[in-house]
Amino acid sequence: KSFVQTIGEEQIQNPYTELLVLKGHQDIVRFLVQIDDCRFASAGDDGIIFLWNAQTGEKLYELHGHTHKITAIAPFSSSDVTEEKTDLIITASADRTVIIWDCASGRQVQKVSCFHSTVKCLTVLQRLNVWLSGGSDLCVWNRNLDLLCKTSHLTDAGISALVELPKNCVAAAVGKELIIFRLSATNNESEGWNIVEVKRLVDHQDNISSLVSVNDLTFVTGSHVGELIVWDALDWTKQASECNFWDSSVHPDVQPEIKLSQSPHETSVQHLASDKECVFAAVGKGIYVYNLQMKRVIACQRTAHDSSVLHIEKLSNRQLISCSEDGSVRIWELREKQQLPAEPVPTGFFNMWGFGRANKQANQAAKKMQENTPVYFLELVGDLIGHSSAVQMFLYFGELGLATCSADHLIILWKDGERESSLRSLTLFKKLAQNGDLQLKL
Amino acid sequence: MISAPDVVAFTREEELEDDLYREPPLPEEYSVPLFPFSGQGANPWAKVAGSKFTRDFILISEFSEQVGPQPLLTIPDDAKVSGTFDLNYFSLRIMSVDYQASFVGHPPGSAYPKLNFVEDSKVVLGDSKEGAFAYVHHLTLYDLEARGFVRPFCMAYISADEHKIMQQFQELSTEFSKASECLKTGNRKAFANELEKKLKDLDYTRTVLHNETEQQKKANDKGYYTTQAIEKANELASVEKSIIEHQDLLRQIRSYPYRKLKDSEFHPYEPECALERADVGSDQDPTVSEPGETHLYTHVPSYTPKLIKAKSAKCFDKKLKTLEELCDVYFFTQTLDQLHHIERTFRGDVCYLLTEQISRALLKQQTVTNFLFEDVSFLDEKPPEKQYRGCQGLDQGAVDEKCSEESHAPKVIISLGSYKSSVECVPIKMEQEMEDSEEPKMSESVMSEHQENLDYLDADIKGSISSGESIEVLGTEKSGSGLPKSESQASLPVMASPQAGRSKVGSRRTVSEDSIEVLSTCPSESLIPEDFKASYPSAINEEPYADDDEGGLRFTPRLNPGVDDGQDDISKQESLVQVDAACCIGKESPSFLEPLAELGQKPCEEDGVVRIPPQPYRPAEPGLRGGFPSHDGLSGGLLPYELDSRYLTGSREVSKSSLDECSDSTSYISSAASTCSDRTPSPAHLGCAAGEKHRKRAGQNALRFIRQYPFAHPAIYSLLSGRTLVVLGEDETMVKKLVTALSIFVPNCGVYAKPVKHWVTSALHLVDFQKWKLIGLQRAASPAGVNVLHALSRYSRYLSILDADSKTLRCPLYKGSVVARLADHRTQIKRGSTYYMHVQSILTQLCSKAFLFTFCHHLHLPISEREPEESVVNRRMNFLKLQLGLANEDIKIVQYLAELLKLHYIQEPGQGGNPLLRFDYVPSFLYKI
Repeated sequence: KSFVQTIGEEQIQNPYTELLVLKGHQDIVRFLVQIDDCRFASAGDDGIIFLWNAQTGEKLYELHGHTHKITAIAPFSSSDVTEEKTDLIITASADRTVIIWDCASGRQVQKVSCFHSTVKCLTVLQRLNVWLSGGSDLCVWNRNLDLLCKTSHLTDAGISALVELPKNCVAAAVGKELIIFRLSATNNESEGWNIVEVKRLVDHQDNISSLVSVNDLTFVTGSHVGELIVWDALDWTKQASECNFWDSSVHPDVQPEIKLSQSPHETSVQHLASDKECVFAAVGKGIYVYNLQMKRVIACQRTAHDSSVLHIEKLSNRQLISCSEDGSVRIWELREKQQLPAEPVPTGFFNMWGFGRANKQANQAAKKMQENTPVYFLELVGDLIGHSSAVQMFLYFGELGLATCSADHLIILWKDGERESSLRSLTLFKKLAQNGDLQLKL
Repeated sequence: MISAPDVVAFTREEELEDDLYREPPLPEEYSVPLFPFSGQGANPWAKVAGSKFTRDFILISEFSEQVGPQPLLTIPDDAKVSGTFDLNYFSLRIMSVDYQASFVGHPPGSAYPKLNFVEDSKVVLGDSKEGAFAYVHHLTLYDLEARGFVRPFCMAYISADEHKIMQQFQELSTEFSKASECLKTGNRKAFANELEKKLKDLDYTRTVLHNETEQQKKANDKGYYTTQAIEKANELASVEKSIIEHQDLLRQIRSYPYRKLKDSEFHPYEPECALERADVGSDQDPTVSEPGETHLYTHVPSYTPKLIKAKSAKCFDKKLKTLEELCDVYFFTQTLDQLHHIERTFRGDVCYLLTEQISRALLKQQTVTNFLFEDVSFLDEKPPEKQYRGCQGLDQGAVDEKCSEESHAPKVIISLGSYKSSVECVPIKMEQEMEDSEEPKMSESVMSEHQENLDYLDADIKGSISSGESIEVLGTEKSGSGLPKSESQASLPVMASPQAGRSKVGSRRTVSEDSIEVLSTCPSESLIPEDFKASYPSAINEEPYADDDEGGLRFTPRLNPGVDDGQDDISKQESLVQVDAACCIGKESPSFLEPLAELGQKPCEEDGVVRIPPQPYRPAEPGLRGGFPSHDGLSGGLLPYELDSRYLTGSREVSKSSLDECSDSTSYISSAASTCSDRTPSPAHLGCAAGEKHRKRAGQNALRFIRQYPFAHPAIYSLLSGRTLVVLGEDETMVKKLVTALSIFVPNCGVYAKPVKHWVTSALHLVDFQKWKLIGLQRAASPAGVNVLHALSRYSRYLSILDADSKTLRCPLYKGSVVARLADHRTQIKRGSTYYMHVQSILTQLCSKAFLFTFCHHLHLPISEREPEESVVNRRMNFLKLQLGLANEDIKIVQYLAELLKLHYIQEPGQGGNPLLRFDYVPSFLYKI
């Protein structure tokens, strides 16, 4: 018995009617990172990094260098005034090395292997032209892989997430704590930097699992027990917190059996995404939309997937994409609820909520729920089924399509069939003209 | 298709006459001849002359210096084949027309015997008494022991069908030339070998004699020579002369110009050729047989020389070498292989061969679309460039002319025979040739394939002028008469009669001293007017013609002087429908006889399947009508249902029944009229019997499928629209059978094998749907089986699932009309191969629609830059609906095919490209029986 909403086979709004399967990886693919408008890199447990053309699905390069699985990947495009733009990617691996690759040539630029622990996160501070690696300590590097400065040993578990804050600050998630560091230039040398711990925030009850910067003034953290805390990015104070995603006080109508079945895992905030107004949280199997201004969850889909949602992203057109361990990718649309709260809710609404089998109990529950439901709701507009195992991550390429990576070793490029078809026509007629076949031959 | 001659044979004289009177009188040479023996109540299918052999065969015979002409072997090597046919007599006949200008011996003014490397001669002759017509290929082999060192041989392709020989002259000539080349290569090798041995013998003999003479000289100091000594000296002198002669012969045989081999197909002999070619340069020292040179020719270096007696004259009691000995075993078997190949290739009725050649040539031109549904392997079978080789030596202008012709009439490619002249073609009398080849351009609508045949025959003659081939036209009484060809073409929409072609040939002969010989030994033939002669011997072996003017089918006897204009039409039509020659005629042909040209517009009959009864005639254009009195006769005499179709096609059935084997016993209808000249099955695609068998079985299974499953249409729609169809079942054979049946509907995605997987036992994955469009899947009760089913339900949006066990189908709805035409369960088609043909023809129409759709620029791209995308989309949909006449889901089929075409076209060669999976979000429905 699943309460997961299903959409069926007719999906008018789903533009993805063509797919390309990109094969190459030999193990779980965990990371996708965009290099530029039409290229992206993928990396995973096999330690290989692939560069792909997002339009054609062509494999551009296969980068070998790491001996263990990749733990972090970050694009690093330098835009020095003197040089032309070079696209680099930095990868960190469980073999305790970090390699910088040149995307244009597919060659290894430099390799650092002086780490004491696995680097778990990488952040590039484009503004300062430095990058940070987070493992058991936090190191600051410049482009040439010179170690500028590092912190003392922080924790064995290592830094799980890093985010850049204004005023040369970074927030690092270390276990339950959130540590704010500040980078300051040393006076004597132009290239010299110091890193100083500024503040430790210990508001989370459990390990911080996700960290995202919303805008210059706010950032958000989420923890394994489902706490969501909104912080002020300047003075690092707690602006708001939401820790009741699973709590029946918010949604008193939730079925008791669901409550019982809840485990910490199911309330863990797996991933956070945000636009300027809202934070989108992947919590357990559900998706929640938290409005920063209203300081409350305005829409949610409690069981958006059959199992944990691993990645979530907001598109420009009020659409939301989520991927999950169940191997599916779903496209949601945030819609405003039309009807007045007092009105009886039409059944179609409940269908969307996954209570399609309108047994009496569900119906009653829905009616009760309706009183407290937010003004917005998430409607499922499409799902992409292709992977046979957990979809780890996806990368939205706008009209080029959507790349998804999965534990089944595959990357799938989902494309708009109509667009592809007309692009092919264009290519066809170009080629015809090239070959001179357009002329009438008599 | 019912061929015209089938029907012509039914015309009764009275009706025809009536019509003749009604119509304005025609010049005699354009009227359709009557079946000459219809008045006697004879069965029109019976061979008039009653050939004594059951099928075509190849005869090799020799003009033996001891016993005269004698047959050596036949292919196939089966006494039943030649039957009561008198091989000895026929050998005599064919050997008596050797026009090879072979001359070996001491030419006047030359000290040594000269070997003449004569070209083979190619002659067509007929013997109506025997009911046999033959393409005869004469060749000369060398034999040291033979008189004049030559042994004349000939290979003959013997058929009861004169037209087959005439029409396939180019092809026969090419093929037999290959065989002949092979024999001659082997023979030269063997001959050189023999010479080597002989030289060694002679050398040895000379040494012995010399020693003896020396001894005599020593023993004899009387100061004068004894008679013995003189004899010995004479003997020695003659041996020395003989040595010189033989050395000269050896030099000659080695200096044979090997250019022939350059373009020949003897790949296996390549090393041989290289060696021999190397030899050519080394003949400046012919006197000594160096060991290095020797071993090239002698594979037995340890030859012990024998003493040769002074008198080693040729004796009649001596056994002559067999052909095998003459030509080296390897080459002999190669030749036999080639001859067997020829026999297989030209087996069957000439109309099969012709349609086959037409469709093959057309398919080769359709490089953009032919990968979709055609068997690509069969297209690759014959490298196309071979076909064009014939014109290589021609003047560039002429080549250009021909190329330009090809664009008009694909047919030309075929008749532009693969004739290879061993000698450079010398453009003689080009003006006339140019004129000839221009004519089809001027009046392409009236182009006649036969005419072209002859045109190219001419080209060949021209090519062979310098080669010393002697080709003569005899027995064409009207050869000198007739209008100038161009005039006759211009004045009438009908084709110039074969005589025009022949007469051209004939007149040429007087000028060039070279000629084609069309020798007929048929005494009666000269009595029959020429017009009649062309058609009577094989009225049923004619090819059906179709007229695309009205979309109906018109029946015109092939080779009939007045009515050849159907040719171009049929070639046009062929481009729409590639017809598998094997089954264009059958008793189910009524449903195949869809008026093809109208398909696009013509609304379907309510059941969606075309069942047009044999309609031999549709009102022709007035202008044309005058030319075809016999058609009017037909239309008067034959109401569509009047004909007993069983009778009509009976002979065909019989001739094909062996082809269909037991699989198709229902369609077997015996008929007394089974006197087809050639009862052997005609290979549908030359030399790929396996493919044919597969097609037949697939067609049969498909027929069964559409009869058995009422939901065949949506299933086929799934395949045509690129949605993977999974056939699920427990029984492997049953699933595989279904997969085979459905495979004929699967479009190819690339030039590789069809995306069909017959049997899978593991769970399917997304990648499989990219690769395969039709999958047979095992249903198992094991846990693995559960996984299989789980995967199926997971990916159900990409799949249509045909459950073979519970007889259900889960797939999207289909409401179009194309598939209904493709697969009507009430179809009258009975035979697998015929149904396969039917499917192929409809699929070809789809292909052409997809082609149009794909390559119409403004359907996909805006005309002006400002044009919004929507209007392009509108235009596209309008084109699909209105211009192509597609409805509902049919649009998706064409769109899918167009997508495949695009992918195929834009794909860079050598680059595999990622297979992409296209799909739609459409609901599926469950169909049950």
